[in-house]
Order: sequence, then structure tokens, then C-alpha cells
Amino acid sequence: MRAVARVVVPILLALGVSGLVLLALGKNPLAYYSDVLSRGLLTWGGLQATITRMAPLLLIAAGLVVSFQAGIWNLGTDGQFLLAGVITAALTPVLVGIVPWSIAIILSLIVAFAVGAAWSLIPAFLKASYGINEIITSLMMSFLGTSLANVLVKISFRDPSTDVPQTQVLPVADRLPRLFGTTVHSGILIAIAAVVLVHVVMTRTAFGLKLRMVGANPRAAAHAGLNVAKLTFATFALSAGLAGLAGAVEILGVQGTVRADWNPAYGLLVVPLVFLARFHALGVIGFTVFFAVLMIGGESASRRLGVPQHFVLLLVGMLLLFLALVDYLDHRRRLMRASL
Amino acid sequence: MAAMTELASVPLGGAPSTTSVDGRAAIELRGITKRFPGVVANNDIALDVFAGEIHVLLGENGAGKSTLIGILAGLQQPDAGSICVHGRPVRIASPREGLDLGIGTVFQHMQLVPSLTVLENLMLGESSWQPLQRGPALGRFRELSALLGVSIDAHAPVARLALGEQQQVEIMHALWRGASVLILDEPTSMLTPQGVHHLGEVMKRLRDKGVAIIFITHKMREACALGDRISVLRLGRLVGSIDKHELATMSEQQVTDRVVDLMFGKNGQTDRGHLEPEGQTGRRNPSRIERRAAPLLRLRGVTTAAQPGECAVQDISFDLWPGEVLGIAGVDGNGQKHLAEVLAGQRAAISGSIVLREEDVTRGGVAARRQQGIAYITDERHGEGTVGTFSVATNLVAKEIGKPPLWWRGISLWDRIHLHAREQIQRHDIRTPSERTPIAKLSGGNIQKVLLARELTARPALVVFNKPTYGLDLQNTQLARERIVDGAARGVAMIVISNELDELAAVSDRIAVMFRGRLNGIVPNDENADRRIGLLMTGAAA
Amino acid sequence: MNALLTEVFLSTLIFGAVTAGIPLLLAGLGEQISEKAGILNIGIEGMMLAGSYAGFVVAYAWDSFAFGFVAGGLAGMAVASLMALFCVRLSLNQIVVGIALTLSAEGLTALLHFFQFSRTYPRLPKAPVLAIPGLDNIAVIGPGLFRHNAIVYLAVLLVAVVAWLFRKTYIGLNLEAAGNKPAALDAAGIDVLATRTGAVLTTGVLAGLGGAYMAEVGAGLFVPYMTNGAGFIAIVLAMLARGRPLWVLLGALLFGVSLSLTTALQVAGVDIPTDVVQMLPFAMVILVLVIFGRNSMLPPALGLPYIRGER
Repeated sequence: MRAVARVVVPILLALGVSGLVLLALGKNPLAYYSDVLSRGLLTWGGLQATITRMAPLLLIAAGLVVSFQAGIWNLGTDGQFLLAGVITAALTPVLVGIVPWSIAIILSLIVAFAVGAAWSLIPAFLKASYGINEIITSLMMSFLGTSLANVLVKISFRDPSTDVPQTQVLPVADRLPRLFGTTVHSGILIAIAAVVLVHVVMTRTAFGLKLRMVGANPRAAAHAGLNVAKLTFATFALSAGLAGLAGAVEILGVQGTVRADWNPAYGLLVVPLVFLARFHALGVIGFTVFFAVLMIGGESASRRLGVPQHFVLLLVGMLLLFLALVDYLDHRRRLMRASL
Repeated sequence: MAAMTELASVPLGGAPSTTSVDGRAAIELRGITKRFPGVVANNDIALDVFAGEIHVLLGENGAGKSTLIGILAGLQQPDAGSICVHGRPVRIASPREGLDLGIGTVFQHMQLVPSLTVLENLMLGESSWQPLQRGPALGRFRELSALLGVSIDAHAPVARLALGEQQQVEIMHALWRGASVLILDEPTSMLTPQGVHHLGEVMKRLRDKGVAIIFITHKMREACALGDRISVLRLGRLVGSIDKHELATMSEQQVTDRVVDLMFGKNGQTDRGHLEPEGQTGRRNPSRIERRAAPLLRLRGVTTAAQPGECAVQDISFDLWPGEVLGIAGVDGNGQKHLAEVLAGQRAAISGSIVLREEDVTRGGVAARRQQGIAYITDERHGEGTVGTFSVATNLVAKEIGKPPLWWRGISLWDRIHLHAREQIQRHDIRTPSERTPIAKLSGGNIQKVLLARELTARPALVVFNKPTYGLDLQNTQLARERIVDGAARGVAMIVISNELDELAAVSDRIAVMFRGRLNGIVPNDENADRRIGLLMTGAAA
Repeated sequence: MNALLTEVFLSTLIFGAVTAGIPLLLAGLGEQISEKAGILNIGIEGMMLAGSYAGFVVAYAWDSFAFGFVAGGLAGMAVASLMALFCVRLSLNQIVVGIALTLSAEGLTALLHFFQFSRTYPRLPKAPVLAIPGLDNIAVIGPGLFRHNAIVYLAVLLVAVVAWLFRKTYIGLNLEAAGNKPAALDAAGIDVLATRTGAVLTTGVLAGLGGAYMAEVGAGLFVPYMTNGAGFIAIVLAMLARGRPLWVLLGALLFGVSLSLTTALQVAGVDIPTDVVQMLPFAMVILVLVIFGRNSMLPPALGLPYIRGER
């Protein structure tokens, strides 16, 4: 019961406070929230869009579960996502002409994973060798990656056949296939598989246990003979690789191309989601549904009710804040009960 | 003048002496009680502290001394009871209020800011809103230096001072604003024998000036040597006091007997046989080590890399035979930690060689050393030895992650791991609600049992113990020492690092002394050992 | 290449470097104060944004740049007060709260801007300039360094003030102790939480001021998310400056140069794509970290909450 409260209370508080802000701006929060819910979940079109949106979110979240459980703050997922997405957008149309389609897709996914992982090498190195706080370094790499991605789109990989600066468009026929006649593409299956795999690895393998040990007490890990530096690199590679995979899945499943200045910025939004799930891989799935509904519903509500998507950022920030607060109050109550 | 009360006949936890030749008490505690989850740290304690007296608070680890001091220093609030300072009832709600009342405290662990100089540390707390006034501060510094009879450079960064000098600075800090009460919490654990002597001189000087001194220790010898009045704490209660007139008439042996009586009740006499109380030479009987055979372990010229804030080892060489217990003595911070870590494979040797049974094992990490039969029990149970949030079962196998039979091709076989844990828990009498309990919930003694189980089950050839009985109560301390001696009898070589000479005397065959990262000498554990070790600890040759 | 050495290019570069560097300087000094006291202030980006928005709105509504700066400082302090409440008083995780505050500030300021200005997109008039007579006529560097808004000179003066504060006052000692060994400060009778709260609030004021400068003087308007990582660059500056305010100034100018390179190059007629130039500041941060990384020093109690009696 208390576990449910620890999840529901922060959500309600965040919805409440953000709702007050809406009220102050002259908008009806209840109308907004109900619109978000119905547009995101209760219409067939909305539901499909929500599930589609879940694919990249789940992959990034899976990567963050690995990262946070290992005590590493990989906040560079936006850069990793974008760069891998751009490389995929440039590579796949070319590959499709050379090798069979399925090989092209698999290769693209592998390359995307590698690109994401490679983009985390520098923060990993700085952390493992000099102990430099990876929050700053991964954020810097993210900004760098975003700009680099733009340069690549506008210059290196630009499709000369169109006026709009974007990469060569991958024909719809070559994108990830749709499932059972819906508009949901098979990337969602890859995403769910990734989450389940992360769960199994973290809870049932020696490798996962080692990562968790480094996250819980790095000195004890060194004392136990674990190679903390190697595990740091492995954590970054896995986490960033999954973020890169998310970028590829989004391109191959939905976008088909990268336009200049495109940056959905899912990365930081997923962070509170993973915290809400208390870093549990399977719990992440449920919260991803919640977030995806929020985003899809929000996009629709922004057109209909004039509440821009910026509101979601505020909501998510508040959610994280109240989560920390509720956890603290819960911890205090438990301490007081124990001393009685 | 009221009559002197004979304390031995007063019921346990009862009223203390109501008078003293010097007048009323500087501090009067009545009915002080403090509870923490699961334990009553202070239980209805009544205590008097008089000016111009050294009042020793004696008790083993866990008796409640530190809690009581925390209350006087303003770090904790008692759940019940009253405090009177110079006759006025007070509430000490914060360290500031304690200082304002004239109570200065020197804690067991250094409370100085390492990156500031001596003078800056002393000036800390004087005010907030002004530019620094070094002039008046320097004047006060010189005053106190003369009073204490010490000479320290006021502008040296604290991090560069020796531990004894740092403690002197802390005493100065406690006296800075003219304290009338000085509290010292286990001040001698970080000192050489000479340092202890010097501290005693300083305290006597202060006492003669009228300062009331509270001196906390668990060492009988110090209590007898320095105390004008001794109060004994046991499991949160004040079980009795010996006042200054009694002390003057008793011999050290009589005092020891009285204290043992107080600590263990009338049964103490029969339990005595199992005890090796401090102050008596509980020295180990020499064991027969076959030194003509090849040594098990041979270190030559081992050196580790220096790191800020740590003392590296320099050019260490010694031999160790099977079944031998080698004690490593020395004040904390002279390289013992690096020595333990380089033996365990946790730290690389940048030069020199480590040879185990004729095989050079210098290169190689923790896993390799364990394979070869070297186990290491760290002094930092929480910081390094265990992962608090992990279960007892996981901690028991923390150094075997990935290895069969508990892992199959990298997959964790949790059923087997938990079964293994249940077996260990039973065999080693580890008190825990279950093998899945997070280990942080266990008591220090039980965590130590887990560490012992973890390291000793694999039947190592050599075990390195770093402060094996630190923070443990008497029963667990005895247990640990017995295991060391028993293990040695079965042929396991042991290295025991400790800063308590009595402990080393009780278990070692030979004792080595570390000073500034070097092995300053190795002496056999005989009647001359104490004197020679004392000399070696100051850096002199024995 | 000759185009790069013209007076026009250099003076534009210098002027732009100062304009871009001052927000970094203010935020960097603020972050340095927080970090010295042991708080890793990730929320500084949010504080700057709040300052940007408040500064712009007040300057626009009351037609006064000065009031705008005051409002910016206050807005930054408001966000910082949340940081102080959650992290210093309640000992919540500094990183989580910092991210939360940054996200919330980003969302809130963008939201407010949408509702107030998205149709009109007003601009502020050019900010008042306080030219230093005589110095401002020196060739090449004169106009670049000495024809700025008064805040610029104040900010540089602040470097000296902060340095003095650290070295020559009791507050400096208290901050150092709070970040290095808070238990010692507590034992000395000074309120550790009050010291840290003061540090965090000061950071908020400075960051907010920096943000306000960005909006009022640098850009002349507010755009959602306009700080674009400046707060995080400030954190890097504070980390590398190792407790010395002067180095924050040098670092801020260095990054200011990289940020203003685009405009200067355009003026010089050199055609490099904006995005490439935009990579420069971040690439430089990474480069500096890789080269000088082993020297970055952070106080031992950084990021750890202080709870009395906990050993």
C-alpha cells in the first residue's frame, strides 16, 4: 500500500501544482488533463501514437536503468540519441540499395548502438581516469552532439534533391514494418525486448550484480576486486548504446529522415520516469505509458486548447521534485516509527 | 562539610557523591536518558564533575560514553534528565551553546579543517561578519601554547601536522574562549606512548589551573594513571564511581579489581579467568615456529604510490612463516592501510616483490591473491567491507561474483547463494533476521562475523586483519582474538594490524612497527617488547 | 586570413566576448561560492533562465534596465531558495533537485513567454552603455572592453570582492569549513545549514543577474531556453578554477570568445556555418577537461548533505 502511495502522491502533487499554474494563466487544468487523457489513451489514433512514442522512450529508459543502478549519471542521452539517429538516417537509405533489407536494418541498428556508445567514451574516460563528475561531461557532450548532428544534416548528409535541409528520406516501404495493420511499428517490440533484457541482466547475472555493487558502494567494489574502471566504461557503453538505438528506432520507424534542428529532447524527460520506477526495469514500462500519454495527449491539447508543450517540461520537473520530497517524508516517518 | 559517601555500597545507578572538598560541582547531570532505535544509550545517568579534577569515564565500546559526551557538547538532546552548569540548570541545544557555557570538547576523530592553517582553525567560530583579525588571535595562540607547553607553527596547514600536534590544536580550540570544562573523548588512541605521557602532563597542568576535565577511555592503565576520580559506565548505566580519596589509597591492582567488579557484577571473579583486562600483561605464550623451513611470505622492497592525504609504504621487507602471527604496531596513518592493501592485491606495488611459497605474486589483483590463499579483513566494515543495502547473503559472496558453483556461465544461481548463506549464518552464529536482511541492519559484531566467515571459509594460507576488534564489545573482541590464536595453531599465517599494543601483545609472535611508511623494526613479543616498540614508534632505533 | 586581423573583426570579437562572458562570469562566481560551501548546484541553469525571464519582463514593463536586473537577481534567488529548502534543510539529493528545478524553470519560463509574448515578440531598446572616458578610445581593444553596460564593470569588480571574501573574512573561513569538513564548523559553534543556505541564495542572485544580463543586454529579448547550457558551462568554470575567482574571470572570457566567434566571423566576411561555430564552446570545455582534468579539485564534502551527529 505504501509503495503505491509513494508513486501516486508525487504524481497527484505535480498535477495539482502545475494545474494551478495553468489556472493562473487562464486555462482550465481539468479540461487540459482530461483532454490529454482522452487524446492520448482513449482514442484509437491516440493509443497507437502513444504506443509508437513509447519505443524510443523505453529504450532510453532501459539505458538509464543500467546507468543509474551502476551509480553513473548519463545525462548525455539527447546527444547520443541524435547523433545515432542522424547516422542511421544517412546510412540506411544507402545500405538498402546494396544489401537485403533485413541485413540493412540490422546493420543500421548495430551501427546506431555503436555510435551512441562511442559518444560516451570521453565522459567515461574522464570519470574512470580522473574521477571527473560525469554529469557535467555527459551534458557537454550532449550539447556538442546536438550541434554536430545539425552540421551533419545541413552539410555532410544533406539531401541535394530537396530545398528543405534534411537527410535523404527513407521510403516508407523500407522502414520498420507495422504491426497487425496498426500504425505502430515493430520498434516497440525491440524496445520491450531491451527492457526485459536489462531487467534479466541486472538481477540475474554476475555482470549486473557487479554493476549494482559499483553503484551502491564503489569502495566495496574495489575491495572485492572488481575492475571499477572497466565496469564504468561498460556501463556508459551500454547506456549510451541503448540511447543510440532509440534514435535509430525513431528514424527507422517514424521519421524516415532527420530535418535540420530536429531535437525531440526525450533524454532529460525520461530521467524522472526512471526515478519514479525506483530504477526497476520492469516498473519502467508502466511509467513510460504514463509519460507517452502525457506527450501525445499534450501535443494534441496544445493545438486544441492552446497550452504549449512547454507545460510538459514543467510537469515533469515538478514530478521529480515531489518525488524526492515524498521519498524524504516517507523515510522520516519510517525512522520515527522505528524509534518508538 | 558533609560526610564522604562510600560509593561501593551505593546501589547501582544511584546518587553520586554530593560533596567534594573543592565546593560545588562544575557540572551536575541527573537522570540523563537517551534512546536510539533498539537501544538505550544512556539510562538514568547521574554524574558530578568538579573543577580542578580529572574525572575519568571508563567503559568498553558501546557503554554509552560517546552519547553522554555528545549531550554535553550540544550535539544531542537527552530524552530525559537535567544538566546544571555551575549551579544553573541549562539546556545545551547546539555546540554553540555548549561553547558559550564554557564547555570545550575534543572528539575522538579530528574535527579540524585540513585545508586551513592552525590559526585559521582556531579562529573558526569567532564571528561571521568581519574581516579576519589575526593579531589578537596570534596573541591568544601564544598564550595557550605557553599554558600547554607546546610549540606549533601557527601558519602551518593542519593537514601537514602530525596527529599528536593536531590533537594539541584541538585542545587549544576547546580552550580558546576560556573553557572551564574540558572533555577529551578517547584522546590516546592516536598517540605514541610518549605522546600519551605528554598529554597527561598537559592535562595535569590544566587541572592545576582549575579546569574541570572529563577524560573518556576504555583503557584501565590510563584511568589509573591520570584519574582523580573514576566513573564506570556499562551498557548505558553508571554502575559506580571511585572518588579521589579512595583512589589515593588503592593500588592499581585494587582499582582494577574494583572496576571489574563494577563492570561485571559479583560474577566478575569467575569470568576473570577468561578476561585479559587492560593493564595486565596478557601476553601470548610463545609458540613454536619452524623458522628453518622456507617462509610462507617474503616481501622485499615493497613500495606503493604516494597519494594526497594517505601515507604510502616505502621499501618494506619482511618474512612470515606458516602459523606465525605478525603484529603491526604504529599510530594510525603511518602506512598500515597501504600495507594491508598491497598484501591483499587491492593496491599495486610500484616497486619491490611479494613472494608467496616461492611464487612471485607481485602483479595480480584481489581475485588472484584470494586464489593463492591471501585473505584480507578490512577495518572499514561499512565503508569498504560490505555494501549496506545488499543482503547478508550477497555480502557473503561479494568476492566470488561470477565464480562457480554459485554462478553458472555468468548467471546468478540465487537459490544456491541463499542456501550457502544460511549454512554460513548457522555455522558462524551470525545474528540476523534472515539471509536476505540488508547487512547494514546488523550490529558491528555480527558484521564482523560475516567478514570473518567470508574470508576464512576459503581456508586461506595467510590472513591480514586490519583493526579486527575496533568498535566491538568485549565478548566479540575476545572471540576475534581467540580465532586468531586458534587459526595460527592450525598453521595459518596471520598479520594483525592494530593501534592497541595490548591487543598485539595478546596475539603476536613478533611485532613490527610502522613509522612514516617504513617498517622501523621487528621485535619478538617478550617482556622487553613494549619498551622497544615505544621507541620504534617515535622513529628511533630500538 | 588577413580578414581575421582587421580591427573590425578583433573589436567585434572582444566586445562580443565580454558580452557573452559576463553571464558566465556571474554564474561561475555564484557556483564557486556554492561549491566552496559543499553544494553542487546543478539547478544553476534554471536560476539563470528565471533571471532572464524576470529581467526581460520587468525591463520591458517598467521601461527600466536597472529594475530588470534587480528582478532577475530576485528571480534567481527564488529558485535558489527552493534549492536551499530541499537540499540544505531537508538534505534531499542535490543532483535530483537540481535537474528538477532546471526542468521546471525551463518549462515555466517558456510557458509564461508563450502566453505573454508569443504573438508580439517585443524587443527591448539597446541597453544603456557606460563608456569609460579615455580608455574607450584605445585602438582595437578600447571599444571592445570599455563601452559596456555598468553591470559589466560591476561584475569584474565582484571578482575582487569575492576573492577578498574568501581569503580575508570569517565568512570565507566558514564557507571553506562548510565544504571541507562541516562537522568542524558545527563543533566551532557556527550554523552549518545557515552558512550553506546563504551560499546557495547568493548563487541564485548572481546567476539570476547573469541571466538578466543575457536577456536585457546580450539579446534584447527573451527566447525560451535561451541560456542554452550557459549554467552548465559555469559549473565547469567553477570546477576548474579551484577556488580562485580570478580564474573564473579568465575562463569566462575564454568561453566568451568562442561564443562570440560567429558574429565576429560574419562581420569579417568569413563564411563558416553557424552550427560549426556553435560547437566551439562545448568542444573547448571537453578539451580543457581532458587536458587539465586531473587538476580539477572539488571540496571533499561536495554533494553530501550535513546532518548533525552523523559520523
